[in-house]
Order: sequence, then structure tokens, then C-alpha cells
Amino acid sequence: MSNTGEAETPEPGISRRPVEIATALLLIGLAGVVLYDSHGRGAGWDGGPQNGFFPARVGWIFLAASLFILWQSFRRPDGIFVTYEQLRQVVRVLGPLVLFVALIQPLGLYVASAIFIVAFMAVVGTSRWWSIGLTALIVPVVCFWIFELQFRVPLPKGPLEAMLGY
Amino acid sequence: MKQQWLAATAILAAGIGQAAAWEPTKPIEIVVPFSAGGASDQMARTIQGIIQKQQLTKQPIIVVNKPAAGGAEGMLDIQKSAGDAHKLITTSSGIFMTPMATKLALNWTDYTPVAMLAQDSFLLWVNAKSPYKNAGDLMAAAKSASPAMKIGGTSSKREDNLLVFAMEKQGGTKFAYIPYTSGGQASTQLSGGHVEATTNNPAEDLANWRGGATRPLCVFAEQKMAYTEKVADGQSWADIPTCASQGLNVSYQMLRGMFMPGKVSKDQQAFYVDLFKKVSETPEWKEYLARNALAADYRDGEAFVSFLKADEQKHEKLMTDAGFMAK
Amino acid sequence: MDDLASLIAGFQVALSWHNIGFMAVGVILGIIVGVLPGLGGPNGVAILLPLTFGMDPTSAIILLSSIYWGALFGGAITSILFNIPGEAWSVATTFDGYPMAVQGKAAEALTAAFTASFIGALSGVVLITFVAPLVAQFALRFGPAEFFAVFLLTFCSFIGMGRENRAKIIASLCIGFLLAAVGLDSISGDLRMTFGSTELMRGFDFLIVVIGLFGVSEILLTVEEGLVFKGKQAKIDLMVVLRTWAGLPRYWATLLRSAIVGMWMGVTPGGAIAASFMGYGLAKRFSKRGKNFGKGEIEGVLAPETAAHAAGTSALLPMLALGIPGSATAAVLLGGLLVWGLQPGPMLFVEQKDFVWGLIASMYLGNLAGLVIVLATVPLFAAIMRIPFSFVAPVILIVCAIGAYTISNSIFDIWLMLIFGVVGYVFKKLDYPLAPLILALVLGDRAEDAFRQALLGSGGSLGIFWANGLVATLVVLALLLLCWGPAGDAIAALRGRSRQDPETAEATR
Repeated sequence: MSNTGEAETPEPGISRRPVEIATALLLIGLAGVVLYDSHGRGAGWDGGPQNGFFPARVGWIFLAASLFILWQSFRRPDGIFVTYEQLRQVVRVLGPLVLFVALIQPLGLYVASAIFIVAFMAVVGTSRWWSIGLTALIVPVVCFWIFELQFRVPLPKGPLEAMLGY
Repeated sequence: MKQQWLAATAILAAGIGQAAAWEPTKPIEIVVPFSAGGASDQMARTIQGIIQKQQLTKQPIIVVNKPAAGGAEGMLDIQKSAGDAHKLITTSSGIFMTPMATKLALNWTDYTPVAMLAQDSFLLWVNAKSPYKNAGDLMAAAKSASPAMKIGGTSSKREDNLLVFAMEKQGGTKFAYIPYTSGGQASTQLSGGHVEATTNNPAEDLANWRGGATRPLCVFAEQKMAYTEKVADGQSWADIPTCASQGLNVSYQMLRGMFMPGKVSKDQQAFYVDLFKKVSETPEWKEYLARNALAADYRDGEAFVSFLKADEQKHEKLMTDAGFMAK
Repeated sequence: MDDLASLIAGFQVALSWHNIGFMAVGVILGIIVGVLPGLGGPNGVAILLPLTFGMDPTSAIILLSSIYWGALFGGAITSILFNIPGEAWSVATTFDGYPMAVQGKAAEALTAAFTASFIGALSGVVLITFVAPLVAQFALRFGPAEFFAVFLLTFCSFIGMGRENRAKIIASLCIGFLLAAVGLDSISGDLRMTFGSTELMRGFDFLIVVIGLFGVSEILLTVEEGLVFKGKQAKIDLMVVLRTWAGLPRYWATLLRSAIVGMWMGVTPGGAIAASFMGYGLAKRFSKRGKNFGKGEIEGVLAPETAAHAAGTSALLPMLALGIPGSATAAVLLGGLLVWGLQPGPMLFVEQKDFVWGLIASMYLGNLAGLVIVLATVPLFAAIMRIPFSFVAPVILIVCAIGAYTISNSIFDIWLMLIFGVVGYVFKKLDYPLAPLILALVLGDRAEDAFRQALLGSGGSLGIFWANGLVATLVVLALLLLCWGPAGDAIAALRGRSRQDPETAEATR
């Protein structure tokens, strides 16, 4: 993380300035939404602050700070935000993670975990297939034992658990 | 184990005269639309304890707190769980007031009423060192107070706030109502002298009354409370006069009950009605009621529904008058 | 010395074999509960509560409070190893604890954290033992204006010292405040910034934001560098504990300061969260090595841990003496007391002497037992860093997802965690500081509530924040601390365009 911003090696990647600008614009948009909502509900002082008073004040400061950041991002020397190689690594982790969260609803958390572990270890690691399979089996079962059986914390369950009677 | 349990149910069921044809097949979740430690939470956990101790069901009970947005979080959860017979929700008057104050599309008629378990009273409390001897003194002092006299309570646009509004209307004066996050906090603030009075439930101020930090002036009800056992200062709950008798004609009580999600079968509903009937008859439950000075008022079926309808109309009028309805 | 005799009697109660057994079981369960974010302390205590109905009240409360101690100790483990604080009060521990782990000093960081927790908790217990009634009276002097002043003091001791881009500090702080404001506003009873969404109505739970911003984003950053943990391999044995201990007396000033801050914040229900941030902020400001904070300075682990645990323990005092719980776990414990027919409040000390002193004695013993047990696990936890990344990372992510889900049983929250993970990744790369965001998220709405409660009471007059000695002192202290940083900077760097300072001040109000 330390010197990625100012990396001088000509490794190809996404440069920093567009990301800075996009982030600042996003923050400005957020500030706008906050101000719209707060002033809509009343941001004045009616025998004490109304419920939009603080969000509105914070919103204005936020807007000012974001505008300043936007201005700053044009002035700063550009650098590399993330190299394509790094981005590829991040996507290799983020991809299975998004898949995992998407699968929780239809399949339940435990089955989704098993699929996630398989996907993650296959994409990321150099593990042997049997260790992948074992991990994908043991981790969800241990989670199930701790959360569902011992502590009785109900987690999302899918068709498999229903078939087994839970 | 299973045999024993079946035998036990058979006996109990025979005693009541109806056999529950349905029984839960997985853990039962009680959703508490308030945070842990509050009055609703304590009730749910007491019920959990009673059901498990007396082995009234085969399946364990889990208490889940969903306090966000004034309880709307828990109510939305039940709304979404239509048809799930393994969920219950504890309710108070919030079941009418939260939708009214937030304009959320929630309505108790979408749920299945199970049973009303008790009614909770509201009292007018002052600091033990306060000069006010009765509600009349307090109202008289409020008229000349500047800035307005401070009264603490739980949450905004809820029971305590309604009560303070009713007091303002009765007395033709203005109070500064200060909403705290819990009755316990309001009670502490009262004993520290940061507010002049609170409208807490008995349980919320019990500890400080017994500790000599606060004392009750009157109860917001048409009749005095029923518990005659001495609590503090040589007084029992039953010794506390009604506010009406001190010239403050305001009365208000809050239901405490249980609902299920909508679209459950009659058998499923009957199982829980039966379960809570049994709970309400245990000595532990009676002890719990007495400790919190809750008025025992068990209702189910039609009696509960008609109570709810009347109570909803009452709240609609109160909320409209006070201007608490969401625009 | 009536109390001392009672305490000794209390030790006799607590020191029976089966009570010591309960203590050990409780601490171990607590550590498990503390390590898994899905099972915070309140959950663990709540779930085990029914099991204790058959026990006598003293044994039961010993078991439950040991879970509390275990969970307190356990919270530091994930903060240090994976940058994932399981509880709000361990956030400040990540600031230096995680960098230490990255440098291969995980064992030192863990030892420091545990020892500091113990010192903090011990100071809290001593406080409860000897000055309980006096302190309880002091807590009563805190009305809304005083609460606000305490929060202001926390913000001021923490903000205004960052070396990062000032505009980004302010933006980050604002985001925290705004996130905290989403949902039901407890003063007006209206919904704010929910735009009709029922998911937003719940507001943003701290834990979801922090798991995403700190935990998930850290994993994303880690994989950039290659698919291994950043932690260097270090030889780990129990000697590490002794070596770390040998270095601790040097930091007596930090430990003492944090313990005092913590005790004070615990009693005035400012709470452990505020205490940990304030302890860290003050240590950074007053330490000779302040500039190194955030890069793996052991003092940066000691300060927040001591303060948080001194506060967490002292917070049990208002609960016992006044019946107001200082934390969610304490609230569930309170529920437990009620189930056994023990009514917390001023009369508890009079009517249930045996019980109270048994509990206090168990606090001493439970903490000691906790320390011994957690120290024994240091090599074990530090060894986690050696397990291959491709195995540990998915497990961490799954546990994070479970943690996010269990807060309100909502899958939406897992998505939210993921989004905050990406936001955290981008923010860290763009040098937006995350600590102010978290601080504002955790304390922002409480500060706002206190401010508005105070003004409701005063009829809108700001004079209430100047009305008595206590609140005035707090406000002046806060402003002094706020000016300390920028003033020092201005003198040191001679580059003092004071443009940002008023903005910082504004944002904390």
C-alpha cells in the first residue's frame, strides 16, 4: 500500500486523478442529497435546532470540503492509483466475494460459504484439490455447529438445510 | 423424553379442553422491537425463561432485538415473515403509534393477534427532594415556570410524549418535554435533578424510588393500582392516588401483548394462544407482574381484537390532537 | 473498614472450586464470543442466560461476568491480527495494533493489549471497591449539557492532530456524522435521510461500516501486494510475554493517564468507546513518540486498551448503583439480575451485600483468570498469521459476513459491508483518514441528541453549556485541546494558513 500512489515505475494502471475526481464528485453528490433532505424537513432553529439542523450544517461543510478536494485533485501531480496487475489480484478476491454474497439469498449462508471457499481457493491459491474440498466442507459445518446449534443464532438457510430438516 | 412431553401436553391440553393440532418444528423466535434491557425485552426474556423452565414447548425460544426506527424494524420483519409460524413479536402501544408517527406502511391487522398479557401503568414521578406534594402543586408551578418546566420521558411522539401533551392541555400550560432513550435514563436524570418530573412506568423508576431518590405523585389511571405489598417509604403501589383525584384528569395505559406474522393457520395460532395462556397462569409470571406492577389483563381471541380496535381509535385521536401524525 | 471485611467474605464466596470453574469456562466462552463478530458480548450473555437459571445467583453472575471479561479481552485479538474490531471500543486498538502485526510483532501487540486491558479493568474494579457511593453521586451530576461536553472533549482530543490532508479529514468526519444521522431521530421521532427505504430506516450500524471499511478493505489491499499475509514470520514463544512486560514500565504515564480517563468516562456514562478514542488521542498528543503513532507504536495499543477497559469495568458501577446499563452487554446482565429478583439500584448495596461483594471479588479474580488464559493463547493466535492466506482469507470474510448479518438479520447488511469494503479500499488509497469517520459515526448521534436535549431544557439558550462549573470546565478543556494541535503545528511548520482550523472546529460542534 505504501508507495503505490507515487510509483514511478512505468507499470501500466489506472491513474490517480480520475479516481480522485470521481470520488470528489460522488461526495459532492452525497452532500447535495443530504442538503436536499435536511432542508426539506426543516433545518432551522425553532426553540432549539430542528431535526434537519445538524445534518444540514454538516452537509454544507461536507460540500465545501468536497469541492476543495476536487479543486486539489486538479492541482496535484498525477500518479498511479492502481496498476492493472494489482487490480487483477483485487478482482480475483472481489469476484468470488460478490458471488458469495449473491448466493446467500437463494442457497443459504452455509452452502454459499462452501462455494465461496472453493471459488476463492481455486482462483487465488495454489492449494491441492483435496485440501480445498476439505476446507469447503469443514468450515461451513463448524460454523453451523457454533452458530446454529450452540449459540442458536439463526443464519440464512436454503433448500439444503430445509431438506435436512432445519 | 418425547413420550413424557407428549403425555404432559395431553394432560394440559385436556385440562383446557382443546388439543393443539400443530406444534413448532424449529426454534421459536421472539422479536423484541426494543433494545436489550428495556421493559419489552425483560418481558420477552422472562417468558423465554418460563417456557424453558416449565418445558412448555419442545423447541427452544430465541429472543431477537430489532429496535431500530422506534420498533418499526421489528414490525417490518414480522410483516415480511407472513406465514412463518415460528416467529412472534412483543407489542406495546407502539404497534399503533410507530406507523402513525412515521407513515410507514405497517398495520397490526396484517398480523395475527395471539394474546394480550398485561397492561402497564404510567405514573408521575418527581425527585425525592422536590417540593411538590401532588400533581396540583406541580401543575401550578409549571404555569409560572420560565423557561418551561422540564419533563423527561422515553422517545419522541410515543406514550410519554402523549401524556405530557395531555397534561399541557389539561393544565393550560407548556412543558419542555425531553426525550431520553430509555425510562431508566429518564429516571437517573430525574434523580440527578436534570428534569423536574418523569412519566415513567412503575418498573422504570422502581429502583430509584426504593433507593430514596425519586417518589411517585400519582398514577395516570381511573383507578389505583392493585398491588398492596409495601414497596418503599412505607407505601405500596395501591397507596398511590390517581392523578384525577389531584385535579389532573389524565389517564393512560399501555397494552403489552404478543402477535404472530399474518397468514398463519388457525391451528398455529391456537398453539400459541394456548402456550401464552399457560404462561400467564404460572407463578413465575404472576411474580413478574407483581415485581413490575403490571396490571394482569390476559385477553385472547375476540376480546383481544376488540380491545385493539378501541385502543387504536383512541391513539389515533390522541396522536392527531397532539399533532404527532406524520404529514 | 466494613467494606474490606465484606470484600474478603466476597473472595471466600468467589474462590470456591466450582466458581473458579465457572470463571474459566466463562472467560473461554467470552474469548470465543469476542473473536467472532457475529456473537458480540450481549449475544453470548443473552444466550447463556437461561442456562444459569438453575444456579445460585452468585455463581450465575460470576459465569456471566466472566463471559463479559473474556469478550472484552477477545475483542482485541481480531483488531490486531486482521484489523477487524469486533466491538466499537477496539477500533482505536487497530490503529497501532494492526501495523505491529504487519511488522511481525503480533505477539507483542497482543501481550500489550491484554496486559493493558487487565490494568485498565483492575483500576476500574479498585474504583468500584473503594469509592462506589461517592462516584455514583458524581455520575448523577451529568445532565444532557454535561454529556454533550464530554463528547465534545472526546472529539477535540482526537481531531485536529491528523497529519493527513485537512480537507479529507473534514470530509471523512462529515461522512461519519451523516451516516450516524440516518434513521430515526430520537429527539423528534421522525425518520431522517431514509428516502422511503425500509433498509435505510435502520440506519448504519457501526459494526457493518467498520467490518467493511477496516476488515474487508484491508484484505483487498493485502492481495494487491500478492496473495500472502503481510505479517512477517516471527519466532513466537511465551518468552515474548516476559520481554514485552519488561518494556512496559517505561509507559507508566500513558497507562496512568488512560486508566484515569477510562475510569472517569466509565462513571460519567461517556462509555468505553469514547474512552478508548480519548485515551489514544491524548497519548498521541502527549507522548514523545507521538509522531510514530499509527505506524505500530506499542503505546498506541496500550493507551486505548487501558482506557476502554477501565471504562468498561467502571461502567458496571452505575449499573449496580443506579440501574443504568453502560453498555449493551451490561444491559443484558441487568436483565439477568432482574430475573433472579435482584433489583439493581441504590438498594442493591444495602439489601444484597453478599451478592454485590461476591460480584466485586469475582471481578478481581475473573480478570486475573482472564489475563492468564489469554496470555497463554498468545502464541496460538499469533500463529494464525502463518496459516496460508488462501485458507484464512475466505474464513475471515465468511465470519465478517456472519457478523454483518446477525446485527439485524438482514442480507442487505452483507451487501452494505461489501460496499463499505470497496469504499474503504478506495479511501485508503486516496489517503482519506478513516478514524474520524468511525469516531463521528459512533458518537455523532449521541452528541447531537445530548446537545438538543440540553437546548430543549434551556428553552433554546446556549448559556446551558456555560451554566455550571462542571460543564464550563469540560467545554474549556475541549477547546484547549482542540487548539493545542493546530497551534503547535502552526508554530512548528510556520505554514499556518488558518483556513482549515475554523472548519475543524465547526465540524465537531
